[in-house]
Amino acid sequence: MSEAYIRIEQLTKRFGEFVAVRQVSLEIAKGEVFCLLGGSGCGKTTLLRMLAGFEEPSEGRVTIDGVDVTHVPPYERPVNMMFQSYALFPHMTVEQNVAFGLRQDGLRRAAISSQVRDMLALVQLEGYEKRKPHQLSGGQRQRVALARALVKRPKLLLLDEPLGALDKKLREHTQFELIKLQEQLGVTFVIVTHDQEEAMTLATRIGVMRAGEILQVGTPADIYEFPNSRFVADFIGSVNMMAGRLTVDEADHARIDCPELGVSVYIDHGVSGPPDSSVSVAIRPEKIQMSAAKPAQPDNVVNGVISGVAYLGGATRYLVRLPTGLQLKVTAPNTHRHEENFQQDESVWLYWDGSAPVVVTR
Amino acid sequence: MHGLLSNRRLQRLLPSGSWYVIAAPYLWLLLFFLIPFLIVLKISFANIVLAMPPVEPVFVWTQDQILQIRLHFSNFAFVFGDDLYIEAFLNSIKVAGISTLLALLLGYPMAYGIARAPNGWRNVLFLLVVLPFFTSFLLRVYAWLGLLGRNGPINGVLMHLGLIHEPLQLLQTDFAVYIGMVYSYLPFMILPLYSAIEKLDLNLLEAAADLGCRPARVFMKVTLPLTKQGIFAGCLLVFIPAVGEYVIPALLGGPDTLMIGRVVWDEFFGNRDWPVASALAIVLLVLLSGLVLLLQRVQARGEAIHE
Repeated sequence: MSEAYIRIEQLTKRFGEFVAVRQVSLEIAKGEVFCLLGGSGCGKTTLLRMLAGFEEPSEGRVTIDGVDVTHVPPYERPVNMMFQSYALFPHMTVEQNVAFGLRQDGLRRAAISSQVRDMLALVQLEGYEKRKPHQLSGGQRQRVALARALVKRPKLLLLDEPLGALDKKLREHTQFELIKLQEQLGVTFVIVTHDQEEAMTLATRIGVMRAGEILQVGTPADIYEFPNSRFVADFIGSVNMMAGRLTVDEADHARIDCPELGVSVYIDHGVSGPPDSSVSVAIRPEKIQMSAAKPAQPDNVVNGVISGVAYLGGATRYLVRLPTGLQLKVTAPNTHRHEENFQQDESVWLYWDGSAPVVVTR
Repeated sequence: MHGLLSNRRLQRLLPSGSWYVIAAPYLWLLLFFLIPFLIVLKISFANIVLAMPPVEPVFVWTQDQILQIRLHFSNFAFVFGDDLYIEAFLNSIKVAGISTLLALLLGYPMAYGIARAPNGWRNVLFLLVVLPFFTSFLLRVYAWLGLLGRNGPINGVLMHLGLIHEPLQLLQTDFAVYIGMVYSYLPFMILPLYSAIEKLDLNLLEAAADLGCRPARVFMKVTLPLTKQGIFAGCLLVFIPAVGEYVIPALLGGPDTLMIGRVVWDEFFGNRDWPVASALAIVLLVLLSGLVLLLQRVQARGEAIHE
């Protein structure tokens, strides 16, 4: 990471007895798209509102570009926010909405109108200047909200569930538009979302939050492939999670005894945990392979009976019941048409690579 | 299929349930508003006589089967010709206007406070606003007679504090009329304002602040324009009854507090001049309806803003 542009230090927010955000520290680089990801009530929105200045932190500091803004009111921060509800002023036209922020800065009329025109062109809303928000579609409103927040060229743009109110087709399109725009303007984004897909596609880095704390910070691939906790592994994507005991832990391999699975799991690297400690093993469904004949590899092989099949188009998801009673989720890509798919109640072998399992200790 | 269609056609011919629901209040208004209004209208065109009722009939069947309608416009000519009545109208509008403005200035912060109060408090505060309605209006105005009197508690406290040495003449002044008006009509201002402010999306205020707007400007640029509907409704609800108000100026006002409600009363019961009193009432009604229509048009334009 390059130098920290936005620095959040030991930030805490209490509402009475309730601690909404607990000792969060983060560093965000200039031009980054940082996603705060978590379920409802995890504190992500409170953290965002502290960055905007709507909530006064109970403890801690926020600096933006070297300036301490912890106690700066929202109207004096170099920060703008795009609200989940968009919060467009219903009594103003598109043009007036976008111009609102510039007008507060006392800019000259000509300067304002040229900046507004450029911004509306950037979000492809030319010709809509005189419309009122209620005369726009959801996607158009979203773009007005974005234009209004970006026109002041904030050092930091906060986005609260930016795509939450759009339908699925529009979301996918808008995601790429948003990223294009961000790259064009080079504004640093902090996005709050509960939607992991949204976080994965938009973010350069993700911070997974739970109960007011950030559990893990990393690139989308880091978070997905190397979750550091049961919660993160479970929250991001689909996973088979099994309890186990660390029996062998060498530099080049480790073994975990998994009674639920019926066999021990072989891992092709050391996990450096205390010997004999209880751990959890997480295996992603798409990392498990399936065959009718017994595979040749000695380890990481189990057999079971297919108890559920869901055809998803691009892939098929199976549920496989092991002799121990455990059900494993397996996803197989449909690479060929007319593929011989496995059927319900068919007996199959499951196997995975030594690199597939992730061991988490908390 | 055929039976279903004809059934539907039948349903369309017969008035639906909602029609009856609407008809009930209209019937009520027809009986107790429109018919009395027509009677007043008739009297306003009649001639005064010394009889009971003290008016000549407007519609007369003559012996040769002719319906004679005699409309005396002299009453209206008299009303518009006499400075006293013009002055009473203008003064009523002035008093009602100032009372409305005072009620707005007082009511807006109160309504705002109630709308933004914590959930548990809101109902209590709301109840306190409506609470005076549980006692008679007349009784409450009488209470002000006691409060504002020479030996009343207000003079008492001021004398005790040494701010004044002689009791102030509070009663029988315009000041007392304004107090009575604002006090009596404040709830009518607060209720529509409250509902408008309560609906206001707090995110809009935050968005304005986020875009660099200081609190005072947020109020002027966002809060005020978006609660315009409530302001209109509240002002109408206060202004219209205040213009024709009789009890408050009669009890609290002085002899020179000239308001149209009192003039109408005096014409009816003092002078027993029903036609002139009716003419005054009709002029007042036309004046106020014109005003309401005008404001409604402005409001309708405002409504186009919202969905």
